[in-house]
Amino acid sequence: MIVIVDYGVGNLGSIKNMFKKAGFKAEPSSDPAVIRGADKLILPGVGAFDAAMRKFRETGLVPVVGELVLEKKVPVLGLCVGLQLMTRGSEEGTEAGLGWFDAETIRFKFDAEHAHLKIPHMGWNEIHVRRQHPLVDELLADSRFYFVHSFHVVAKGTEAVLAETEYGVTIHSILGKGNIVGAQFHPEKSHKFGLQLLKNFAERVS
Amino acid sequence: MIRPRVIPCMLLKGEGLVKTVKFKDPKYLGDPINIVRIFNDKEVDELIFLDILATTENRRPNFELLGKITSECFMPLGYGGGIRDMDDIKKLLGIGVEKFVLNTSAVENPSLVRAAADHAGSQAVVISIDVKKSLFGKYEVFTRAGKKGTGLDPVKFAVDMEQQGAGEIFVNSIDRDGTMEGYDLELIRRVAESVTVPVVACGGAGNIQHLAEAVKAGASAAAAGSMFVFQGPLHGVLISYPTQDELKKVMP
Repeated sequence: MIVIVDYGVGNLGSIKNMFKKAGFKAEPSSDPAVIRGADKLILPGVGAFDAAMRKFRETGLVPVVGELVLEKKVPVLGLCVGLQLMTRGSEEGTEAGLGWFDAETIRFKFDAEHAHLKIPHMGWNEIHVRRQHPLVDELLADSRFYFVHSFHVVAKGTEAVLAETEYGVTIHSILGKGNIVGAQFHPEKSHKFGLQLLKNFAERVS
Repeated sequence: MIRPRVIPCMLLKGEGLVKTVKFKDPKYLGDPINIVRIFNDKEVDELIFLDILATTENRRPNFELLGKITSECFMPLGYGGGIRDMDDIKKLLGIGVEKFVLNTSAVENPSLVRAAADHAGSQAVVISIDVKKSLFGKYEVFTRAGKKGTGLDPVKFAVDMEQQGAGEIFVNSIDRDGTMEGYDLELIRRVAESVTVPVVACGGAGNIQHLAEAVKAGASAAAAGSMFVFQGPLHGVLISYPTQDELKKVMP
């Protein structure tokens, strides 16, 4: 079963619904025993980086999830702030991130030509796939995804950058390294395009 | 790059969907679940549901019906109507609603705006402002399904709500609702130039050009009811939504 790590943050109902539509069972849980039994994990997240990181730590689940992901190589998909938590830290706050990716979460910094752009980056946008990975090898043509975020991730080097998106600057919209993947957007709210991505995660990422 | 969002705004009355004119004369359109399925197939950008009776009937959101809607709805979904406290908001999150539309509560209990933003993030908190224009051209915020004047100026109220943590401002013109004659562009312009968060225009859209006008006036998204549910001069009920190509062509 896919377990959605429930640390009190994120719209878990939507993620569960989309996996169900894709034909997979995904259940939210904060029970370490249930999480240890998961085939795959989802790390959700919305809102402020520090608030999410603190809540995640308070549950005591960070070492549990860390061991599963880093030692047992259980596939994990971070969504939105869930992806940001996988970086070293965020300009939004002072908490240390999980550091699973050699990446930072930073503010949007626009040049004069793009100064009119609103923050958050909210709406449907395209992704440009940059590397092969089971998560992104088979996506639908003209895929678009629903984004809503005020900070974005930037990886050091290009090794883990699976996809990029343009919004005034180039953001790294999907990161991936073996069993650890994350998307800045919300596939659970992105019609058939997001459904395909979640299906790829459920069927192919190992 | 991103295209401005186009959002069908659907009104719930009991278990059915309706469309009003100037917040009056609700005309029955059909079953919400069927209509959600059609909008889902048409891959709309986002959907907003407003329960137009919850507050006046002193009722909580119809969680059971909303649960059925969210299980058919694979795009961002906003809900408003009868949301009174954090319990309501947590329940909505649990069933898969990610944007809470606050209207009467935002005026009568502004601390809920901050609490909701702290819990779910600002992006989840949409303040809906129903606005009526007086004979002298003065704009006023109305609550309780457009029935109660508040004396508040919509621009000042929008700025105040942004400071409280609102992530989006949904501006609805009561005078234009259901008329299909175009948005109140002056109202949209004034609100949009006063806040930094996205503004969603609503009230009056009759065609795709109107949507583009709202965006040119400063809106980040254009919402509409009638133009997505009615067809022809007799207003027969037919659910429609522009194609991606049509939207790309017309949107600035």
